[in-house]
Amino acid sequence: MNTQTVSASAARAYKSDVKPVWCPGCGDFTVLSAITKAFAELGLPPEQVAVVSGIGCSSRIPAYLNTYGFHGVHGRATALATGLKLARPDLTVVVASGDGDGFSIGGNHFLHACRRNVDLTYIVMDNRVYGMTKGQPSPTTEPDWDNALTPGGTGLRAFNPLVIALASGANFIARGFSGDPVGTARLIVEAIETPGFSFVEVLSPCVTFRPDQRDWRNAVRPAPVQPTGDIGAAARRLMTDDGFNLGVLYVGSRTPYQTHRTAAPVSPSEIEQQFAV
Amino acid sequence: MSEDSAEFGNVSIALTGSGGAGVITAGAMLLDAAARAGCYGMFVRSSGPQIRGGEAAALIRLSMQPVEAQDDVFHLLVGLDWHNIERFAVELPLAANSLVIADPANGPPPEVIIETGARIVEVPLKDMAKAVPNGRPNMVALGLIAGLTGLPEETLQAALAKVLEGKGEKALQASLAAALAGLATSAGLEFDRRLPAATGHEKSRWQISGNQAAGLGAIRGGVRFVAAYPITPATEILEWLAAGLAKVGGALVQAEDELASINMIIGASYGGTPALTATSGPGLALMTESIGLAVASEVPIVVIDVMRGGPSTGIPTKSEQSDLNIALFGLHGDAPHIVVAPASIGDCVFTANWAVHLAESLQVPALVLSDQFLGQSRAIIDQPADLAFATQRLTVETVGDGYRRYALAAGGVSPMAIPGTPGGQYTAEGLEHTPRGMPSSQVTDHVAQLDKRRDKILGFDYGDHWAQITEDVDSDLAIITWGSTAGPVREALNRLRAGGRTFRLIVPRLLAPASPQRMAAALRGVKRALVIEQSHSAQFFHYLRGYFDLPCPADSYHRPGPLPFRPGELVEQIANWSAA
Amino acid sequence: MTENPGIASVADLLAHAHAMESEAHERYLDLAEQLELHRNVEVATLFRKLAQIEQLHVRKILDRVGALELPHLSPWEYRWLDDEAPEAASIGEAHYMMTPHHALSLALRAEQRALDFYSSVLEGGGNSSVQELARELAVEEREHVELVKTWLAKYPEPGADWAEDPDPPVYQE
Repeated sequence: MNTQTVSASAARAYKSDVKPVWCPGCGDFTVLSAITKAFAELGLPPEQVAVVSGIGCSSRIPAYLNTYGFHGVHGRATALATGLKLARPDLTVVVASGDGDGFSIGGNHFLHACRRNVDLTYIVMDNRVYGMTKGQPSPTTEPDWDNALTPGGTGLRAFNPLVIALASGANFIARGFSGDPVGTARLIVEAIETPGFSFVEVLSPCVTFRPDQRDWRNAVRPAPVQPTGDIGAAARRLMTDDGFNLGVLYVGSRTPYQTHRTAAPVSPSEIEQQFAV
Repeated sequence: MSEDSAEFGNVSIALTGSGGAGVITAGAMLLDAAARAGCYGMFVRSSGPQIRGGEAAALIRLSMQPVEAQDDVFHLLVGLDWHNIERFAVELPLAANSLVIADPANGPPPEVIIETGARIVEVPLKDMAKAVPNGRPNMVALGLIAGLTGLPEETLQAALAKVLEGKGEKALQASLAAALAGLATSAGLEFDRRLPAATGHEKSRWQISGNQAAGLGAIRGGVRFVAAYPITPATEILEWLAAGLAKVGGALVQAEDELASINMIIGASYGGTPALTATSGPGLALMTESIGLAVASEVPIVVIDVMRGGPSTGIPTKSEQSDLNIALFGLHGDAPHIVVAPASIGDCVFTANWAVHLAESLQVPALVLSDQFLGQSRAIIDQPADLAFATQRLTVETVGDGYRRYALAAGGVSPMAIPGTPGGQYTAEGLEHTPRGMPSSQVTDHVAQLDKRRDKILGFDYGDHWAQITEDVDSDLAIITWGSTAGPVREALNRLRAGGRTFRLIVPRLLAPASPQRMAAALRGVKRALVIEQSHSAQFFHYLRGYFDLPCPADSYHRPGPLPFRPGELVEQIANWSAA
Repeated sequence: MTENPGIASVADLLAHAHAMESEAHERYLDLAEQLELHRNVEVATLFRKLAQIEQLHVRKILDRVGALELPHLSPWEYRWLDDEAPEAASIGEAHYMMTPHHALSLALRAEQRALDFYSSVLEGGGNSSVQELARELAVEEREHVELVKTWLAKYPEPGADWAEDPDPPVYQE
């Protein structure tokens, strides 16, 4: 038979033999599965892929993959991935993050990664909570969500990462849902295939600290619009979005940032001549 | 107490002015002319907090001997104007036999100048400049200084032509005419610091700043990726590297902050490209968490810290050796890494090159502690040797099943798989990990990896590069110093030797890992040691006391910046200490 | 029942059947691993058994495929009735303290979705060989549904406090 149809096995080849520490029921399992499906669909050799992450539940992903990976410090994954991609443009570089890692401690890097538009795919698993530290509010948490660190809720408006991404210059903006693994895999494929900085927010429920998010299944819907390259239309769309529209919401045509390497490098001893008396 | 070395040909000049007077340009031209005339020299700029138009001073020392420090006094001060000269007064020590050139158009010289007792001579610099079409007073002053110090006219012409290249023939001729007017005027002035004519020299010479030298050393070492955030006084390294890397096939990226720049270079190095960033104290503080990541994940990186006065924003434009503690101890956890320090402007080339070699060989972060004095001073030096380290990161080409990135290899350095290597896939990990790189909180893994990361650094053969041990090795009195302080110390010891007093001088380049055995060997036979440094809290002294078995009683002479050490100050301190 | 007219050929249907059984197999393995890691041995063992059963189903499909060339379909090109391959147990419904009752209920829903899928192909029309194959597969799937139902009957629904854990979650990073 045609081996191409063995998609589940092909995807499984991208998984390492390390077993995730996530809680059973966690949305991140599906995101992991969607990432492997996307890699399989694109036929990427595992050694040509690097997955970079920071700190948090979602940032554990690199160890669960059979690609190259970097599990760095909290909030700096996009910066580390930027250095890697600029030094090694031949690699496919994917960044995995969460709402705390990516939007709070890593907020500034998020802005500048969008602005710089290096050819990266940035997958943020958003569960609106810090899981590794036992349930504190993140920038995307609802203002009235009660918790031990900010009793009664933060009282702060939730951050809208898609709007920020658009305003900052991201070239591809999409939202997926972990309960829609096929759709999420497709978004990741498109994100990787689109040149420049691609931002994919994946709503990924936390069954331990946000059991209410099991209801997201009933809230999400395919966005009732086609992808647009019109930044004004995208801005209106994202500003009025309730956070549950799934799909590709913006695809621009910005040229990715690259560092230019001269094809005719000279030796260090040649540039030393400028100092000669 | 100070005994300077006029007999060798040695003159220090200050040129002050403000509001676009052009003293810095004139100073650079003077250094260039002196280099062409066969002199050694050093050019230090001092300025106010203004971005442009503030008061500025070009401080130039020329000598027939290599120069590594500012002299005790300025023999010649030329004031294009006296605006806010009070803030510079303490940086511009004058003696009774110093010559001050004052322009009568600026009125009488200020009290701080007069009270030094220096000889004041009026020269109408502005009027002389006006007499030349498009002439400028700074060029008149330049010609005057060149004449007084004995620089040949043709060197002045060549320096002007080089600096004004691209400004057009008209501008060059105007400047030259003004400079020649100044040169002519010098003939009628008495000045006893005229440099002898150079007799030619065998070694070829460079004109270079410490920041450029550090950048060059990095490129020599193989660095081809730099990410950086601008910060005084490190920015010149980055600006030089931006152009330099473009020529050698590398690239520089401006990051959004130091948190990003350090992580970008970790990413690039993980990808197989030797990578570096340069910063100063505040930036280093921001980077420390991620330097720890490079320690744990065993990714080679180089971080150059061009130290300035601290803490906090401190004194960005002035030198201090007060980042030693953060460089040595700023990382959380037990995080062995390399800290090295260049001992002169020329040594910035070697030390930066060596840092890359150590980082790549040991798969570890290497911190280079330069400082504002080394970094922003421009000097004429003998061309530094190219030691051409055979730097090679230990990598794997082909990998079978079960690659273990953090394998407990003999010597501690385990082969690194570079992304793209089939079968080498692993996750570089900041969590404590197993030899395979899987997160682990097991005691055996923690201890094994801590040992691995320590042993690879302790077991490395640093050779003779670990320190410069010079002067009189038979003396039983030792001076221990580091970094830019070594320059004025060396000059002080030269003067003391002329008076018959000898000392052993130890200048460690390798600050971490601490190497007490090497230090003990260097101190063999020494009865007493004096530790000299530019730090308010004597960080280096306490480090030596804490981590080295100094086999002799040790004393400390330390003080903070912003004033540089001058040889006379150190002659006095060392003489008093040795007599006690 | 939703009609599924999209399946046009035996090869197409077999591609779906193979993907469905493979995904089911993989999913049970994933769930087994999750529960093993959380030391819920009883349910983990149960998921492993379910995975083994699905692996047999994969082999049976492959036997039917024989030398036939199957079309390559991207994950989103399959014409499932729902968001993903129907027989894959819903991963979001797992819980570290789940009981065999929950696990088998999960499996039953998955098997029922698989049956629904084949039924939809039957109702969607299509050529006779597709119809014939869909009927056979539906029959097999109905057997699986009955099997799981019988199995589930041995495990009555636990009390409402089944997920009660006296200890708090653990601080990690």
